[in-house]
This record gives sequence, C-alpha cells and structure tokens, in this order.
Amino acid sequence: MAIEVRDVNKSFGTTPVLRDVSVDVASGSLTALLGPSGGGKSTLLRVIAGLEHPDTGTVRISGVDATRLSPQRRNVGFVFQHYAAFKHMTVFRNVAFGLEIRKRPKDEIRRRVMELLELVHLERMADRYPSQLSGGQRQRMALARALAVEPEVLLLDEPFGALDAQVRKELRTWLRRLHDEVHVTTVFVTHDQEEAIEVADTVVVLADGAVEQVGSPSDVYDNPANPFVMRFLGPVTEIGGSLVRPHDIEISAEARPGSGAATVTRVVRLGFEVRVELLVDGREAWAQVTRGTAERLALAPGDIVNIRPTPGARSLTLTGA
Amino acid sequence: MTVDTSSRTAPPPRAGARRRPRASAGTALGLGSAVLYLSLIVLIPLALVVVRSTDEGLGYFWKAVTTPDAWAALTLTIGASAVVALVNLVLGTLIAWVLVRDRFPGKAIVDTLIDLPFALPTIVAGLVLLALYGPESPLGVNLAYSRAGVGLALLFVTLPFVVRTVQPVLIELDKDMEQAAASLGASPFQTFRRIILPNLVPAMLSGTALAFTRAISEFGSTVLISGNLPFKTQVAAVNIFSQIEGDNTTGAAAISTVLLVVALVALLALDLLQRWGSRRG
Repeated sequence: MAIEVRDVNKSFGTTPVLRDVSVDVASGSLTALLGPSGGGKSTLLRVIAGLEHPDTGTVRISGVDATRLSPQRRNVGFVFQHYAAFKHMTVFRNVAFGLEIRKRPKDEIRRRVMELLELVHLERMADRYPSQLSGGQRQRMALARALAVEPEVLLLDEPFGALDAQVRKELRTWLRRLHDEVHVTTVFVTHDQEEAIEVADTVVVLADGAVEQVGSPSDVYDNPANPFVMRFLGPVTEIGGSLVRPHDIEISAEARPGSGAATVTRVVRLGFEVRVELLVDGREAWAQVTRGTAERLALAPGDIVNIRPTPGARSLTLTGA
Repeated sequence: MTVDTSSRTAPPPRAGARRRPRASAGTALGLGSAVLYLSLIVLIPLALVVVRSTDEGLGYFWKAVTTPDAWAALTLTIGASAVVALVNLVLGTLIAWVLVRDRFPGKAIVDTLIDLPFALPTIVAGLVLLALYGPESPLGVNLAYSRAGVGLALLFVTLPFVVRTVQPVLIELDKDMEQAAASLGASPFQTFRRIILPNLVPAMLSGTALAFTRAISEFGSTVLISGNLPFKTQVAAVNIFSQIEGDNTTGAAAISTVLLVVALVALLALDLLQRWGSRRG
C-alpha cells in the first residue's frame, strides 16, 4: 500500500470534519476522493500531505509512519485548486524549485525540468511568468512542479475546479494518460462524479467526514452501498419504495411480469435521450429511454403505460420511505 | 496534442507598443482638472523654488549649498534619513508581519496606533519625545540635542510608511504558495527567503522610499528634540528656516532645491524598481 490512513479524526473547533476515516491507496493507482463539498475530502488529502494534522489516527506513506512528519519530509507532490504558482518565478524556475531546494547539480536540474515541461506540453513556455499563462497551463505547470521531486505520492486538490468546462474535460483525459505514463500513485479530490468515474481506477466516496464506500468506478455506480452513494453517483428515481436508475426502467404498452401501471405526464426530448415523466401510484418518477423506444410507443402525456425495472437492474430499497 | 490549445495565447503587450486609446470628453475633462490642480498645488511652486535658487547664478547656488552649516545640515539630514529608512524597512516589515500573521490580544488597537504618527501634528510628536527622552526623562535616557534624538524623531514620524505598504501585500499573499513550497521540501526559512520575501520586496522598497523622502523634509518633530545646534543636530529643514529668518531666501531656495532633487531621485529610483518588479509578476 502506498498510503494507509487509519482511524483518522479531525475537528475544526467543535465541528468534526473527519470521523474514523480509514483508507488504503494501492501503489500506482489513481484514486478519486469523491463527495459533496464540506464532506471532508480536501481535509483528508491535506492530512495525507501533512498540511493538516489529524487529532487522532495515523497516516503511513510507503510503509513509513508519517503522522508526525512535516510536509517537507513526506516527499509528496501537492497540486492546489488555484495552482499556487510562484508568481515571481518563471515557469522554468517554478518547476525547478524542489530540485534547487535539494541542491541538485545545475545541468541535472535543467535536463529534468525540460523533460517535465515537455511532458506537460509547456516546453515553449519555460521563460514565461505564471501571469502570462492560461489557467490550464498554470495547472499543468503546477503538476510538473510537483512531479519534479519524484514524489512517492501525488495529491491533487480539486485540480480542475477553477477551470472552464472545456479545458476541464481535456485535462481529465490528459491526467489519465499522464498517469499511465508516469505511474506515480495519485489521489485527487473532486466533487464531480463524472470526473471521478472517468479518470480514477478506485473511487472513495466521502460524506459528512466518513467513508461511505470504496470501489472501482463501475462498482460504486452499479452496487452502491447506500442510497446516498446511489444518489451521488448518478440520476435516480423512486418507484415502489425503491431507488432505481431512470435508464433501468422499461416502458411497455402491455402488462408484463412485475410491471405496474403509470401515467405519462410529460415527454422531454433531449436529442438521443428522451426523458419520460410519470405518475406512479400518485408519486412522481421518471424514466430515461431512447428516442427509438419513445417513438415506437408513441408516448404522449396522458397515456397509461406499464413500467418495470429492467430485469437485472440494481435497485435499493428505501427504508421508511 | 489535445491540451495544447492555450499555447497560442498572444504574447503579453509590450509597454512601448501599446496603442494610446483616444480620450473621450469625460476623460479629457478629468485629465485637464488633474493637470491644472497638480500644476497649481505642486509643479508651479516647486518650479519657482528652483528658479529662485538660481536667482544669483549657479556660483551663488553652489556657495549657498556648501556653506559649512548648510552642508552639515544636508549631510546629516540625508544620512540620518537613509539610516532611518533602512531601520524602518526591517522593523516596519516585522511589524506588518506580526499584525497580519500573528494573533494577540489588543491587535486592533496596535493596528490603529500605527497611524498615530500620521495623524499627530509632528510638533506634538517632538514634544512627546522630548518629555520622554529629554533632560528630564523619566526613563533616564537623555537624547536631547544629540543626533540620536534626531534619528529617534525621524523614526517616529516615518514608522507607518513601510508598515502600511507591506501590510496589504502580506494580507493578499497566497498562502497556498507557502504550502506548495513546504511540500516541495523548502524549510520555513527557505520559504520566507525564496517565496515570501520576493513578493514583499516591491512594497518594502516603496515604503522605504516614502519614509526616506518624508524624513529628509521633516521639521516639526526634530525642531524641539534636536536643539538645532548647527554642525551637530540641525537638519536641513530647520537650516532653511533659519536662512529665511536671516533674510537669505536665495540660500534657502538653494538648499530646498537640493532636497527636492534628492527626493525626486529617490522616487524615480522607486518607480524604476517597481516597473522592474511588475514586469516579473
């Protein structure tokens, strides 16, 4: 295990932000800490980096107890949401910073920095200052800077949070590819489930300072441990006291085994996807069907149809619903 | 590559190549008022002093400046101001640091007190200093009629400059930068020297230059505690005053012109330093 977090508790004042958190991060993995804002994921990342100290619990990095180590002795790379660029230094000197601190020979620094700048596609920006870069470029510079010291783990705190949607998407794909090239154990924080599912190979879902579920992206999506995880990872609708994914609902004209009657209240066409709003036993629900299905059934408001969960669909029974 | 779209960003505009935007009527009116006001209040009086100083030729100007008492007053003033500006550079930065980064009871009061030398008539400052560090000092420290006394008075009136220029910069300083440096292995001292200090230097220099220019013109606070002993504790402003009292306005204007030039050079140097700084940041 590259990172082992054990029973970590942390409060700010009287507000608990981490409650008995235990997480293992496998060497070479790309792990997402996913959760709503205020869920404690950034704090957990900062605890791993040594930028916050846990009240109780331990953090081991590469088998060494790092709980009491200062950030500068943990050998972790940290990337901040707002880049934390050293404004008064060129891109080159930003990336060289950690190596200069380690007093590496000049030509080695030069070689390594240019290598990294090439890796993040900033080789032509070496002499620019951060203020002359776009947000995406700054974040790539910050990434190169963190990688320069060959950290044992790379920690990214909402790395794409401050970027616009287009750049965000590009950097996501790029981070995934970079990780395949560099293989450094990476943990990143995000509140965007799509980002977590697309980029990570392990997803840790955190809410209210506690770990809700750990698993592969398809695992947490298909087999959510509880209604919270199911709701957070994708769209859900409630039918007959169970949570179901709207794309797991089958609509048919005639009754089938296990189906029940529903009234169509609205049909919204969103290109390929059609959103069918329903009234089931007096409660609102919705189903996601393809345009083909909607046209074949000629769905229109007021129709009475039969619905049932697709055979094999995962659903969660809500207690007390 | 997919992510390289942003590398096409235009190079930053060069100062010289910038096109001058055409001024609208409103701008012209504003600019006109500003220039007129500045001329009436600052430029014309200053120009007059310079003209007056050469009324009786450059030879007389030079003689007036280099009379032993005037020369002594000028060197004392400029020397003491330089020392005072440097002391305030260090201690003003330290105070700003403490006010921004530390928590202690009464911080708000201390923060307000910093401005007191600005608010107080400087003669009152002189009076206070004389009472505390004069011949009847309750502390047993007598700095009256000494150069140390002059320095003390100048320190008092110029304290706020560095504090008030560094403070806002320090408040705005991105703390993530420091944490990034720490996670890259920098010790607290290395972080201070390589990350914090370079970001503060422009503000520190600008505060120092302001403190220096204020110190060379100081009159009120030094006039009491210095005793105005020619060749020993008389500062330039007091020397000018005594020249005027002795009906030597040309001599007074000559010394004034020297102070003016020194202040101008200091401000110019500051401006150059700031341009150099902003180009990098």
